[in-house]
Amino acid sequence: MNVIELTNIVKTYDMGGAEEVHALRGVTLSIGKNEYVAIMGPSGSGKSTLMNIIGCLDTPTSGSYMFNSVSVSDMNDNELAKIRNKEIGFVFQTFNLLPRSDALHNVELPLIYAGLGSSERKRRALETLQGVGLGDRSHHKPNELSGGQRQRVAVARALVTRPSIILADEPTGNLDSKTGEEIMALFEELHRQGNTIILVTHEADIAEHAHRVIRVRDGMVESDEAAHKRKTYAAAAS
Amino acid sequence: MNFLHELIEGLAISFRAIRANKMRSVLTTLGIVIGVLSVTLMATAIEGVDRAFEKSAAAFGTDVVYVDRFPWVSNEDWATFRNRPPLERYYANLIERQSQYAAYVAPVIATRRRVTYRDNSQEDAFVTGTTHQYLNAAGVILEDGRFFTAEESAGGRPVCAIGATIAETLFPREDPIGKVIRVAGHPYTVLGVFEKQGGLFGVFTSDTRVFVPINSFEGKFGGRRRNVTIQVRVADMKEMEDAKMELEGIMRKIRRIQPGKPSDFSINQQEVLTAAFAPIGLVIASVGLFITGLSLFVGGIGIMNIMFVSVTERTKEIGIRKAIGAPRRSILFQFLAEAAVLCLIGGLIGLAIAFPLSLVVDQVLPTAMPLSVVFIAIAISLIVGVVSGFLPAYRAAKMDPVEALRYE
Repeated sequence: MNVIELTNIVKTYDMGGAEEVHALRGVTLSIGKNEYVAIMGPSGSGKSTLMNIIGCLDTPTSGSYMFNSVSVSDMNDNELAKIRNKEIGFVFQTFNLLPRSDALHNVELPLIYAGLGSSERKRRALETLQGVGLGDRSHHKPNELSGGQRQRVAVARALVTRPSIILADEPTGNLDSKTGEEIMALFEELHRQGNTIILVTHEADIAEHAHRVIRVRDGMVESDEAAHKRKTYAAAAS
Repeated sequence: MNFLHELIEGLAISFRAIRANKMRSVLTTLGIVIGVLSVTLMATAIEGVDRAFEKSAAAFGTDVVYVDRFPWVSNEDWATFRNRPPLERYYANLIERQSQYAAYVAPVIATRRRVTYRDNSQEDAFVTGTTHQYLNAAGVILEDGRFFTAEESAGGRPVCAIGATIAETLFPREDPIGKVIRVAGHPYTVLGVFEKQGGLFGVFTSDTRVFVPINSFEGKFGGRRRNVTIQVRVADMKEMEDAKMELEGIMRKIRRIQPGKPSDFSINQQEVLTAAFAPIGLVIASVGLFITGLSLFVGGIGIMNIMFVSVTERTKEIGIRKAIGAPRRSILFQFLAEAAVLCLIGGLIGLAIAFPLSLVVDQVLPTAMPLSVVFIAIAISLIVGVVSGFLPAYRAAKMDPVEALRYE
């Protein structure tokens, strides 16, 4: 059973007047459990739009999207919010943490919207933070953390609800190369633990960490194949 | 309940946001503070005047009818009444004999005189001449002592009963009963003291009166040209209308008025006063509350304005929360809570200032701050908060998460 099944997804934006932007022109692909996929493409290729649709932040103009065998393409806002909350973990290029809350509160946020009680939330949030190596920084605010640490808090937030997929949009875009490598090593570890990871990037270097690379151009899938020169990490962290 | 945690998070967010921008929060709340303050003060003043008026009106008694030369309240020209002949004392006896509905009848005549006891004096006390029936013909209660008897009344004896304010002024530390006071120099022995009635300016109550037998009044204070009022206590309230009609009939006979001709006297009742005041009171209250309500409205607009700014400032944060799965109602609630909390704080501060201020206003105008005004003020603050905050909160809830996340 595939986690994600996209069939002929089309997304068109109406820019007022008679102009229309065809962001996606019919994308069909499936992603199975525990896959590690990179979606690559230059700017304007539609990869961001594709990511927003996969991440249930947006709905397609036409076509079907089955997520864990449930059709989400015509769900309303609140239903989509629920799916995002429970099944999807986002990691953004600019981290997108709440600046006035500490790491623990940032990580427990999805659990608040999931309806968990205070002690259970804090327990799980702390556990997840410890899993990414930041257990001792739980009460730091984002401005007291380095870039790499912030991204790790964001990853912990993405993981805390034990989602079906982790969706990362240029996760190393705002990090230096060494820190970037650390984060990619983290993703590899997460993959090893059984998570399904979808990476969206325009950098070939980063895409090579995945097992499968889907290239997107002009709103359509150009190629979809196993990675050529995969980069891996030894089990002992580098 | 699932949303309890969202609610708590929403409230926590609102408190954090208000604290983060203290200066802004203070300035915004100021509008609400002033609004609630003025509305509350206006309401307490209105309530105070209403209550005082009711007390005054109650002094007249609900089952007492007053036969007078002039009506208390009238739309007609004074000229119509000017030529009416005055009423005579003996009408009281005739009415008593002829009326089926009247239980007690007393003629009342009054003037203002200085009343003294030793070194204490009361200027312009209402010296009121009446018969022993007055106690039953009016809605007054003796706190101490007694009223004059039928013999004292018939004999015009120099005895009197005094009102609460007179007693306080003349006898601050003594028992008035049995003492001799001087009414415009004439000696009178105090038989009894009336209960305090209070009311608007104390004018219509027994508080500032000295009651003497009418037979002693005429000799000393002049009786020929004074207005006599005949006070009639109706035996059964339910028969009030019949009683009034009967009285009208009896009086017309006494005054020999032809059928078809208008009466040359008036039958007054407490209701006339309250009915006349009611629309005036309503208009004053409405205008007063409307004007002060405007200031509250302005405060609400200030809140709405700031909330729009707050929503725009937090666009990115809204996008993040939505991406993580916050449902629309959570975002809506978060901002509604912020507006409501700001208004509630403003309302409480406004109330806190209104209370001591109302005591100051009380020196000039009777005021009363019943608990209901407090609750209403709090409720209004919350309502203003929710209504003002709604549009901005709705806008926040409807934001597209993708665009919100892109906002810098």
